[in-house]
Amino acid sequence: MDSVSVFTDFQFSDLGFLAEAAGRTLLISVLAISIGTVLGCVFGWVLSATRLAGDATLGVILDIFRSVPLIIQLILFYNFFPIIGFNVSPFVAGTIVLIFYTSALVAAVARGGIDAVSINLRRASRSLGMTYWQDLRYVVWPVGLRAVLPSWAGVALGVLKDSALVSVLGYVELLRASQILITRTQEPFLILTVVGAFYFALSFPISRITARLERRWQYD
Amino acid sequence: MIEIEGVRKSFGKLEVLKGIDLAVDKGEVISIIGASGSGKSTMLYCINALEPIDSGRIVVDGVDVHAGDTDVNKLRRNIGMVFQQWNSFPHLTTLENVALAPRIVLGKSRQESTEIARKQLDHVGLADKFDVYPSRMSGGQQQRLAIARALAMEPSYMLFDEVTSALDPELVGEVLDTLRLLSEEGMTMLVVTHEIGFARDVSDRVAYFHEGVIEELGPPAQVIENSTSEQTRRFLANVR
Repeated sequence: MDSVSVFTDFQFSDLGFLAEAAGRTLLISVLAISIGTVLGCVFGWVLSATRLAGDATLGVILDIFRSVPLIIQLILFYNFFPIIGFNVSPFVAGTIVLIFYTSALVAAVARGGIDAVSINLRRASRSLGMTYWQDLRYVVWPVGLRAVLPSWAGVALGVLKDSALVSVLGYVELLRASQILITRTQEPFLILTVVGAFYFALSFPISRITARLERRWQYD
Repeated sequence: MIEIEGVRKSFGKLEVLKGIDLAVDKGEVISIIGASGSGKSTMLYCINALEPIDSGRIVVDGVDVHAGDTDVNKLRRNIGMVFQQWNSFPHLTTLENVALAPRIVLGKSRQESTEIARKQLDHVGLADKFDVYPSRMSGGQQQRLAIARALAMEPSYMLFDEVTSALDPELVGEVLDTLRLLSEEGMTMLVVTHEIGFARDVSDRVAYFHEGVIEELGPPAQVIENSTSEQTRRFLANVR
């Protein structure tokens, strides 16, 4: 018996397999970052608007999401559903956990952004007859966003990389795909390099776009 | 007209307004002078409902400012306010700073609100700064921008809260000149200020605030030049 035939070399078609997995990483990250950011902004606004009451309630819940390692959250959440009689796919469970994890991180950033806008500036806009919501939309949002965009970009890049942890549920994203290929080809160095390049390609647009926005938003 | 009747206001245990009565007629310029912490600025904030009051009444053109059913957003359109810190919108050019409120609050078209902004910026002498961001302007220019921004709402009243206090001395003049211009045009103004010379030259009446009450109220010739109040005289001796 030829034991060598168990392993096969890295082939061109494997790139397609990795690209497909990168697509899944992209999908789960885009969902988590976009929905998580919207939720996080709402949470951040609640925290900022309610102060102590918000800290004591929503703040505690968000702290749990921020403090418990993501891998533990994923495993607990994924295994929770069968107990109550539902089955969810690794993709659905992973996406939901990642959304709330992102929202908890973004909430802290968003709150910082709102608090970065001085009460005096907000009084000035209210004195012009703007409603609370107009002040929020036309003054607090743009001014606060500029203040915290780099922090948000940090969260987004972190979530993109943390999405690799969803692999523990069996979802075949980039990291999981690389493990499968490494097992087959026994070429970890090559494959991890290729996968690293994929992650870089996914992250690059986020850092580039935010850097460009930051430059455009210089106030002069 | 603005009618202030028996207004009281506390921050926690500290009572800053202890029964203020003041009536401001259309076209009148009233300067409010007094030591820091005497309640002058708080009074202004109460007039456009940026601060609630504990008791008393403030009525602007027949509308009770602090009544539960008063639409304060609508009321504030008619009462412009300029602050010690100029509070320019940092993300907008001067033109956009001024055009924003007419567009989103009054619902004017983009073109119309820009036209208003041009007119008001020209009015305060910033016609050459339309596309400049506030961070590129001096404090005096930003304060004139804040005045133009308030005027763009075409208010009947203007409240000025120590608008020159945060400025470098050499920039005070250009802002006071703008205030003079407004008073000559007949704008009704309440001006909280430490500029006694301005108060004397421009105002119709001067109110001296002392520890939450109006200690003295009258024409500048009386309050500033011939005060009968010991408190007023002592204050004026210190600031001159």
